[in-house]
Amino acid sequence: MDLNFLDFEQPIAELEAKIDELRYLGDDAEINIAEEINRLRAKSRNLTKSIFANLTPWQVAQIARHPQRPYTLDYLPLLFTDFQELHGDRMYADDLAIVGGPARLDGREVMVIGHQKGRDTKERVRRNYGMPKPEGYRKALRLMRMAERFQLPLVTLIDTPGAYPGVGSEERNQSEAIARNLFEMAQLKVPVVSVVIGEGGSGGALAIGVCDRLLMLQYSVYSVISPEGCASILWKSADRKELAAEAMGITAERLARQRLVDEVVAEPLGGAHRDPQAMAEALKSAIVEHLGQIDGKPVDQLLEERASRLDSFGVFREA
Amino acid sequence: MTWFEKIIPSRIKTERRTRSVPEGLWIKCEACDAVLYRAELERNLHVCPKCSHHMRIDARERLKRFLDPGSASELATRVEPEDPLRFRDSKKYRDRIVAAQKATDEKDALIVMAGTLHGLEIVACAFEFRFMGGSMGSVVGEKFVRAVEHCLRHRMPLVCFAASGGARMQEGLYSLLQMAKTSSALGRLARERLPFVSVLTDPTTGGVSASLAMLGDVNVGEPRALIGFAGPRVIQQTVRETLPEGFQRSEFLLEHGALDMIVDRRDQRDRIGALLRLLMRQPPAAA
Repeated sequence: MDLNFLDFEQPIAELEAKIDELRYLGDDAEINIAEEINRLRAKSRNLTKSIFANLTPWQVAQIARHPQRPYTLDYLPLLFTDFQELHGDRMYADDLAIVGGPARLDGREVMVIGHQKGRDTKERVRRNYGMPKPEGYRKALRLMRMAERFQLPLVTLIDTPGAYPGVGSEERNQSEAIARNLFEMAQLKVPVVSVVIGEGGSGGALAIGVCDRLLMLQYSVYSVISPEGCASILWKSADRKELAAEAMGITAERLARQRLVDEVVAEPLGGAHRDPQAMAEALKSAIVEHLGQIDGKPVDQLLEERASRLDSFGVFREA
Repeated sequence: MTWFEKIIPSRIKTERRTRSVPEGLWIKCEACDAVLYRAELERNLHVCPKCSHHMRIDARERLKRFLDPGSASELATRVEPEDPLRFRDSKKYRDRIVAAQKATDEKDALIVMAGTLHGLEIVACAFEFRFMGGSMGSVVGEKFVRAVEHCLRHRMPLVCFAASGGARMQEGLYSLLQMAKTSSALGRLARERLPFVSVLTDPTTGGVSASLAMLGDVNVGEPRALIGFAGPRVIQQTVRETLPEGFQRSEFLLEHGALDMIVDRRDQRDRIGALLRLLMRQPPAAA
């Protein structure tokens, strides 16, 4: 795979380029070359380890947005079998920034809903860069209600920069579409497991993310506003995004320390895109485990626990 | 105080006491430029008597004037903000809280009161926009939930006056999650068949609009209020075209089916009171 290296990965990129060069030379049958390549590979691994051990929140955000990062549709065949994509909100349109339908997870029938970004320019435009409009959230709501009707646990995969801010979105009441999903998900009579697989962009993410269990991939982020947005409001300059990312605490690790995340799923060395297969395997067993803990609970208990979970969010003091 | 300050006669001391400075007796209406007598404007609920322009009104004053005179008692007064992230930008969040508390004399951006409306017992809450743009953090979320809990315990309807720029960034993900927390509480209210009337006032945007404010059994707009998910500037930057006249105003939302009605502030007591009595299946208020 041609890896697309980020700025802070340049030392790794240089090493990898050297390894490639040596591999082309390899035909000259010098015995030492294979050894040299192995040595460099080990060095590259160690370098990656040390760089990835000390990522800043902004660097993590860049990995979460990596152009090669696996998206919902990449994970679906690796996590589930029998996925049947269902389209449309039955009212206005089919929003391709959200995909979903019934599938099987380890044999158990479930409903899966996820944001979907595009891989190339054409697809990115078609999927609106993973930014749903009201019809996207209403499609998701339709599938949630279907899940409830047929008693399928719900699995949602979160990966969006945010809900789309446009004229049409406002005309069709983006606010209500998001609010309605929060309202309905909070009392949906099936277990809900949500996973942030990339970017958890604000209300646009939460609108499919009210859940019994929240998982985050190691290099995913989840925030109330993008670091750029926060920086441009509070620092009056989008360039201070590094500071904003740090201040808001958007990484899985930090959110887990605040007990807002139930499990952080470790990513392969260098990020999920380096080994999507391994990533999917780890994610699958995490989802299966968490779903196993809540699947089969009496509905009243499930809803009561979800409500107290939601009620517990917040830090304040009582004078 | 230093020993020197202590010996200065009190009338020479130059302590800054902004509050004692008399406020202007006259106010210019920002819509029609009419010069208005402040006391008259206050009597008129901060609605311009000349052009009916709805100016912003403080949360506490709004609630006191909305509920029957003398009936209001405040709830959840002891819930106060913390700084879970030790957040700082150009200023510390802690300092911003203190400054906002000083400027508004409120602990945070939501005020909750129980009282009667034309004799009907209700809970009413209002966002204080002057407190960090009415932004919703942990305290606002918690107080809203307590307002709902009070309604559930005493079988009362809830009225909320929203005025907010959205979630409070300085509390990070906690603030985002208040959207889910408040919406979940409203679900409990709905299950108990207790009405929720949401009044959206100028401005209601972002995370507040995209959660509790749009979840009214009845959504009421104040005339000409700015209401939307994204702020107009963000949309303009995204679509790079000028926005239509009246875009994201109450009248636009009514036309697009997002609001049930637009009600003049001076009619809200009567209209919402009558509405709640219908939904609570109570006889009309005695005249």
